Amino acid sequence: MDKRGYYGEFGGAFIPEILSATFDDLVAHFNGIKNDPLFWDSYVDLMSTYSCRATPLTYAENLTNHFGGAKIYIKREDLNHTGAHKANNVMGQGLLVKKMGKTRVIAETGAGQHGVATATMAAKFGFDCTIYMGEVDVKRQRPNVFWMEQMGATVIPVTDGTRILKDAINEAFRDWVTNMETTHYVLGTACGPHPFPEMVSYFQSIIGKEARKQILEREGKLPARVYACVGGGSNAMGIFSGFLPDAGVTCVGVEAAGRGLATGEHASRLCTDDASVGVAQGYKTFFLQDDDGQMKETHSIAAGLDYVGVSPILSQLHVEKKARFESATDEEVIAALKLTMQKEGIIPALESAHAFAGAFKEVGNLPPDQCIIINQSGRGDKDIFTVADAFDDPQWKAFIKEKAGDYRA
Amino acid sequence: MTIVLEAYIREKREKKDILLMTHIVLGYPSMEASMEIVAQMVAAGVDLMELQIPFSEPMADGPVILKANQKALEAGVRVADCFKFAKEATKRFEIPFLFMTYTNILFKYGMEAFAGDMARAGIKGAIVPDLPPEEGDAYLNAMAEQGCHPVYIFSPTTTDERMELLSGKGSGLMYCMARKGVTGKETTFSHDLDTYLDRCKKATDLPLAVGFGVKDKEDVAYLKGKADIAVIGSQTIRIVNEQGIDAVGPFIRNLQ
Ligand SMILES: Cc1ncc(COP(=O)(O)O)c(C=O)c1O
Repeated sequence: MDKRGYYGEFGGAFIPEILSATFDDLVAHFNGIKNDPLFWDSYVDLMSTYSCRATPLTYAENLTNHFGGAKIYIKREDLNHTGAHKANNVMGQGLLVKKMGKTRVIAETGAGQHGVATATMAAKFGFDCTIYMGEVDVKRQRPNVFWMEQMGATVIPVTDGTRILKDAINEAFRDWVTNMETTHYVLGTACGPHPFPEMVSYFQSIIGKEARKQILEREGKLPARVYACVGGGSNAMGIFSGFLPDAGVTCVGVEAAGRGLATGEHASRLCTDDASVGVAQGYKTFFLQDDDGQMKETHSIAAGLDYVGVSPILSQLHVEKKARFESATDEEVIAALKLTMQKEGIIPALESAHAFAGAFKEVGNLPPDQCIIINQSGRGDKDIFTVADAFDDPQWKAFIKEKAGDYRA
Repeated sequence: MTIVLEAYIREKREKKDILLMTHIVLGYPSMEASMEIVAQMVAAGVDLMELQIPFSEPMADGPVILKANQKALEAGVRVADCFKFAKEATKRFEIPFLFMTYTNILFKYGMEAFAGDMARAGIKGAIVPDLPPEEGDAYLNAMAEQGCHPVYIFSPTTTDERMELLSGKGSGLMYCMARKGVTGKETTFSHDLDTYLDRCKKATDLPLAVGFGVKDKEDVAYLKGKADIAVIGSQTIRIVNEQGIDAVGPFIRNLQ
């Protein structure tokens, strides 16, 4: 009967009775691995053989010269297996599923990166796999849908509600309350009922541990600022956790400003006054909601940031002013993406490009003897359709038309 | 005050083998239609009713009730409309009414204000499936202050120990989920259910209401002697969808 998983007033476990025993079991198993001195090493071993951890910390010399301010380093989660930080959490939970003796995994996905990572983990560990994905996201992240299905997962488009990430989470819960005996719900971000915010952050802390060591090796000092995009908050929690205790390091979370904060068509919960504290999807945090507590429609060019809630841990960091939250518009994100590709030959995911855009606004004002780290949470290949549209690329359009013609023939 | 609902149920049970509780989503298909459905249900002999205040994220509800929530919100239903509806319904009809909704609706309204307005509207209690007792201090205090019943839920996965805890926190009645899953799916009424209902009965002195998948006369008959109340949820919404509002009365009459 304990209140569990609170960060200040945020967090908790607002779960239906039917899942009570499932959560007790999950908490017990998670505590088990946390207290097992051998677990973390086995996790790191898996991530350094199945994936390529430690991911590099890249010095972005051309971008640094371009802005003429602090040195810019990029933490390369795009080089993690499946192309994003999502695999860190998923492989960790996969090891937990084996311990719990379950045989099926389900997950929600927005950008599709978490879905791909889960489908990959399920293939490797031999689990059945079902992925819930909003119908809107199925359309805008088609390449990832293709790969999930090729790896043997069933992808179920969600047609209820706003048909994006939050609706996929609801559907995953509806599956779970029916099938919890065989099934684990691999939640993809640092949200939801306890222990998910803590557990997902725990696995993602591998990013921050590595980045801290790498920057000290490289620069002999800590960065002035660390930037991460914020959807649910898992990549941000991952990298921030390596630097939070350091008073000299400012952690900056960049949210999606969509079509502009003033338009109301955005997904910025912490850097605006548009959100208020509420309880939904099993936890208490800042939500974009109306006075009655009904969730609002959100918008971002990046499916992975297009979400009404945010990690309760980040809400608490925000309230305590231990992290700063900013935003970047769709337009600023496309410009940052273009610049990064052209200057560094690196393609960030649209989600990650928010962190780049946020950093680009500030880095020129910092002295050259300082450095910053941008967390590149994922690679942009999945966004080829969206980015081609944003660039209005005539060659791409011609190619798609030709391809469609081939299929018709 | 807290035994009002219990006393009502016990008294009714002296005359009836099993009571009927129905569930509607306020504002679906419209507020006027909801009132007409209540009128038909009461006339057909329903003993208690759950009025669901629609929420945008009804996590514990299956497709039928989920869609009804969405349609009601699309039509512009506000929480204030639901209180107005409740006031009118409790004035017009003799049976006890409960609110069913999700935590955020109460949280945004303010727990004390919600319980206070509930009591003033004549609503007897509330079922809030995503508000377990662990998170329920403010809610339980506010409900106690107003003499409203916090109704808790037993599920087949609830341990005996936890059943006792829930029974101690709740009042009015215990809502027993007949099976796992969300609302609106089929339930097999079988031996497993009997064993589970025996466990429920041992764990609490409160009247037992059984819901989830109860949809016809046979299901209701099966529950006689095993529960005090049969809860019809998604099925009446289906009837409204498929046959219109006027089919509700005959459907309910045919259940008993
Ligand atoms: C590449 C990438 N970055 C960031 C996110 C946002 O999630 P989070 O805030 O949990 O890191 C996603 C989510 O889909 C993603 O795919």
